[in-house]
Amino acid sequence: MAAAPLLELRGVSLAFGGLKVVSQLDLHVAEGEVVSVIGPNGAGKTTLFNLITGIYEPDEGDILLNERSIVGLEPHQINRLGVARTFQTLRLFLNMSVRENVMAAAYGRTKAGVVRSMLRTPGMRREEQEIRRLAEEHLSFFGERLKGYRWDQPAYSLSYANRRRLEIARAMATGPKILLLDEPAAGMNPVETHEISELIARLRTEAGFTILVIEHDMHVVEGISDRVVALDHGVKIVEGTFEQVATDPRVIEAYLGTKAAVTK
Amino acid sequence: MSEPDDLQAPSGPAIGQDEWVARHGERRSQRAGLIGEIEERARRAPWWAWLVLFVAAFALLPVVSHDGYIRRVAFDTTLYMLLALGLNVVVGWGGLLDLGYAAFYAIGAYAYAMLSSPQYGIHLPTLVSIPIIVVIGAVAGFLVGLPSRRLIGDYLAIVTLFFLQITQTVLTNGDQIAGHDLTGGANGIINVDPLHLLGHPLVVQHGGVFAVTYLYISIATFAVVYLALHFVNHSRTGRAWRSLREDGLAAEAMGMPVNLLKLMAFSFGAAVAALTGTLFAALQTSVFPLQFSFPLVITVYTMVILGGQGNLAGVTIGAVVVWVMLEFLRDPGDARILFYVVGVLAIAFAFGRTRKLAVLLGSLVVFGFAAHAIADAINHDWVSGPAANGFDHALSHWVIIPTGLANWVGPVSYIGLVCLVLALTLLPARVRYVALVPTIYLGTFVWENVLLAQPDATRYIILGVMLIGLMILRPNGLLGERRVEIV
Repeated sequence: MAAAPLLELRGVSLAFGGLKVVSQLDLHVAEGEVVSVIGPNGAGKTTLFNLITGIYEPDEGDILLNERSIVGLEPHQINRLGVARTFQTLRLFLNMSVRENVMAAAYGRTKAGVVRSMLRTPGMRREEQEIRRLAEEHLSFFGERLKGYRWDQPAYSLSYANRRRLEIARAMATGPKILLLDEPAAGMNPVETHEISELIARLRTEAGFTILVIEHDMHVVEGISDRVVALDHGVKIVEGTFEQVATDPRVIEAYLGTKAAVTK
Repeated sequence: MSEPDDLQAPSGPAIGQDEWVARHGERRSQRAGLIGEIEERARRAPWWAWLVLFVAAFALLPVVSHDGYIRRVAFDTTLYMLLALGLNVVVGWGGLLDLGYAAFYAIGAYAYAMLSSPQYGIHLPTLVSIPIIVVIGAVAGFLVGLPSRRLIGDYLAIVTLFFLQITQTVLTNGDQIAGHDLTGGANGIINVDPLHLLGHPLVVQHGGVFAVTYLYISIATFAVVYLALHFVNHSRTGRAWRSLREDGLAAEAMGMPVNLLKLMAFSFGAAVAALTGTLFAALQTSVFPLQFSFPLVITVYTMVILGGQGNLAGVTIGAVVVWVMLEFLRDPGDARILFYVVGVLAIAFAFGRTRKLAVLLGSLVVFGFAAHAIADAINHDWVSGPAANGFDHALSHWVIIPTGLANWVGPVSYIGLVCLVLALTLLPARVRYVALVPTIYLGTFVWENVLLAQPDATRYIILGVMLIGLMILRPNGLLGERRVEIV
């Protein structure tokens, strides 16, 4: 590979007590790429995200963003360096309005201090208008699905699918280079799932994000991925194009067990 | 709103298009007539209009009434409004359970006392000392926040409560620190200067009546703090605080420095409390350690919870309601009227305009007179309690007020009442309705003979009852918005 990858993991390991959750994991994501991570439940996919975003610190190995190590940084510092994520379990600020959810995430991109806020200086008001416009722009990305009349409503009033969309909008508002999407299609109906595939494609082409995505829906994975990485028990078992990974016997074994067990 | 081109507008109702439902509230027709008109206007009034109206109402109070007591109560109310605003930053926005809040109030009051009294011979002008005290308060909040920033919930509560206790201990024993009298000990600091504005001392008593100046200063302080907090709430910091309350991990992952934000919330709340302490000390012209104890924290918490956490207008109203009610309960005559009016209203509210209500009230009256007559027939001493004229006189024919009450009657009837109320919740509806009559009657008996005799304890019992009632009717407080927990 000619250019250095945007995100790179080198021999990353993490254990909770005696349980090895991730072991000797190497992973790289180049700028503009869409990489999918698949694997059965408990394979360490979400842990991988928690490691990259700084919620966990690896026992071994190094995580590089633009060739700079981000191990040991606080999650908010890593976010400001350009890594944003969504959560599998949906962690919105439920009692805040939809717009405020997105505006809050622009915290790292704004500067107005408390004193300036109290005095409502012109600079502070300009900045406020700027992030308001920015939030509306990100929300508009979802078009018909997350319409303007929703923006002043509290986040808890949103449907499940819209909550997932709002999480993506919120992550976009932090101004990242790379988006980590944790099961964006989970709990969505077939129409919405199809839309998610299109949405991820647009996130790359229109918004210009590099994307690392955990997904179980193989149609989505097939539709979006440049590369697929399969994990099992915290170990990378296969990496390659969707066809290579989907037909690999080790992947089938990881999901379904050994052949002997299946035929019986 | 710009729409991307490749999402064509759906024809017909698409999945997830619940606009009609979502906009239901907007279309709900307003009530007819004048009331509807007023309601509609009030709903559209901007927030600052309410603030102006509220502050003006307080400012006009001394014009309407020359009663020094009312002015004093109004002043105390503004102090509690300020305390509630400050606590709201920590609890309502930051979501941090701070049980040591009164310590910052004490720090502010003592700082003012030390900077303007013979204790150290320092007499700073108010306009100099107030910024210093606010900074001292903010720094104190920051320092308490430092060890607490990784603690949440119960653990934070324990640490902050400990801080309050240690502050009190230090203040109480501060007269013998290495042989020096630093805080005046249990006797506190006396002869504290009143506020000085531009070289003029502002006397507290004006011709024997509470001076209006202090009320104006406190309400102006309130307005300034309210405005400042409102603006902070609608800034990146306010949004970050509320994000932190909603989900700390998500806030951190979205680029918000959670630990720093917690410290800022603590500092802010503490600075407001310290500022309030200044006004308090200047008015009292003295400070004592016992004025800043845990019951104060509970009172301010009640105000914040009752008014609606996180809502500035709500916590202000909460402070007014709670403090005025506590004042009312100080005087047995007022307390009695409040008790019966609220009692009858509560019963009426619970049953609505039904026949059940009429039957209940009717049988209550009959039951009372019957019980009274029977008690009178057995022993006249049982009903010969003090009877004043008017309302009280009519009442003394209904409720049993004995003279020379035996010691055991009070506690037994009180515990009996609690047991009866608990039993009511277990009974089937029909039986409960019948049992309600003696329960309410016993309630009035306990009120007249036990609670009225001990107003201090009663105030807090009533406060507790009120909180329970409100939490059932409006779990988010008077002005609190509907809130959901993260599941």
